[in-house]
Amino acid sequence: MEKDIVNIGKSVVIKGELNGSEDLTIEGHVEGTIQLRDHVLTIGPNGRIKAQVFAKAVIVLGEVTGNVTASDKVDIRDNGSVDGDIVSPRVAIAEGAHFRGSVDMQRKGQPQAAKPPQPQGGQPQQTQQTQPQPAQRVGA
Amino acid sequence: MPQNPSNVEPARRTSNPEPQTPKRFVGLLDRLTPRKNDPDVPPSPSVADDPVFATKALRKFLTTLTSRESPVLLDLGPVVGSNVSFFGEQLGCKIFVEDIFADLDRHVREGKLEALPELLKKRFPQESGTVDGILCWDVIDYMDKASAQELAKELTRLLRPEGALLGFFASAHRPDVRYTKYIIVDEVNLKYRTYPASRGKQSILLNRDIIRLFSGLRVSDSFLLQNNLREILFRKPA
Repeated sequence: MEKDIVNIGKSVVIKGELNGSEDLTIEGHVEGTIQLRDHVLTIGPNGRIKAQVFAKAVIVLGEVTGNVTASDKVDIRDNGSVDGDIVSPRVAIAEGAHFRGSVDMQRKGQPQAAKPPQPQGGQPQQTQQTQPQPAQRVGA
Repeated sequence: MPQNPSNVEPARRTSNPEPQTPKRFVGLLDRLTPRKNDPDVPPSPSVADDPVFATKALRKFLTTLTSRESPVLLDLGPVVGSNVSFFGEQLGCKIFVEDIFADLDRHVREGKLEALPELLKKRFPQESGTVDGILCWDVIDYMDKASAQELAKELTRLLRPEGALLGFFASAHRPDVRYTKYIIVDEVNLKYRTYPASRGKQSILLNRDIIRLFSGLRVSDSFLLQNNLREILFRKPA
């Protein structure tokens, strides 16, 4: 059975909260919060994210400004960029990737990364958020 | 005075090179190991070609951290993914990557070096006494006196009592204008890779100058390596 992967295209701009229960690739712009509890989020080479990100695994080929929490792995590929704090048991940062922030890798047995409250399932959806959380910058 | 005036290239060691598998054989290892020409595998940098040198202080530095539950580490060098993985796996720690070389480079390029000490005063958002270990690498060698003093003061502030700081200091002048990225192979071996810099090392600090610079810390261990690098492990008194 083919796995569903939803793609947010280059021209799409989303401001608010993005929840989903399938793998998602973002090539557009997203500001706010992204929650894919048990799925893989891929920020494509054209993707520009200013958001708090929660997912099972996060693959970054584009730009992320904001904190990234993954229960499995964060993978910043060549030319990928993350400005923010990462919480994940496994982190891979490729040569040529940009990273500024902190990395918190818990050992097995330590408490898992805090998951966002009120997880929602279903298709990725945009919901209006009155006050999206601003992305935190790390460092001076 | 430099203790070893000869300008020798760092010792080139081969760290247990894996036997080459003849290409005509396609064995199990070939199936498991990503191939360089595999389009799905990102091109890997020539890490295997980087020179390796033995480090004496890294293991001691790690020892100071292993007693802590989830230690906090501050890395002043450019981000090296394998180092992050190494520390994460070895220590389960939280690592702050604060690339001071990038700050220095930017200030040199913009001709604003005099502003660097002021930036360093506000550079680190961490609370005082909250960092268990600092990887200073050789950044001090590239700084002028005012910046080095400000950085040392800040690092001393950040370290918790009994915390450790690992610094590298040249003992012989090298004319090349390049920074060095240190890549951890294991507890006793480091690889290094140089990359272009806006300026070279400024001066060879004497041991007493280094000790004065970090006057709030005590020297726990000091090693002079064959490649003329001094490794100094500082501890903050309890």
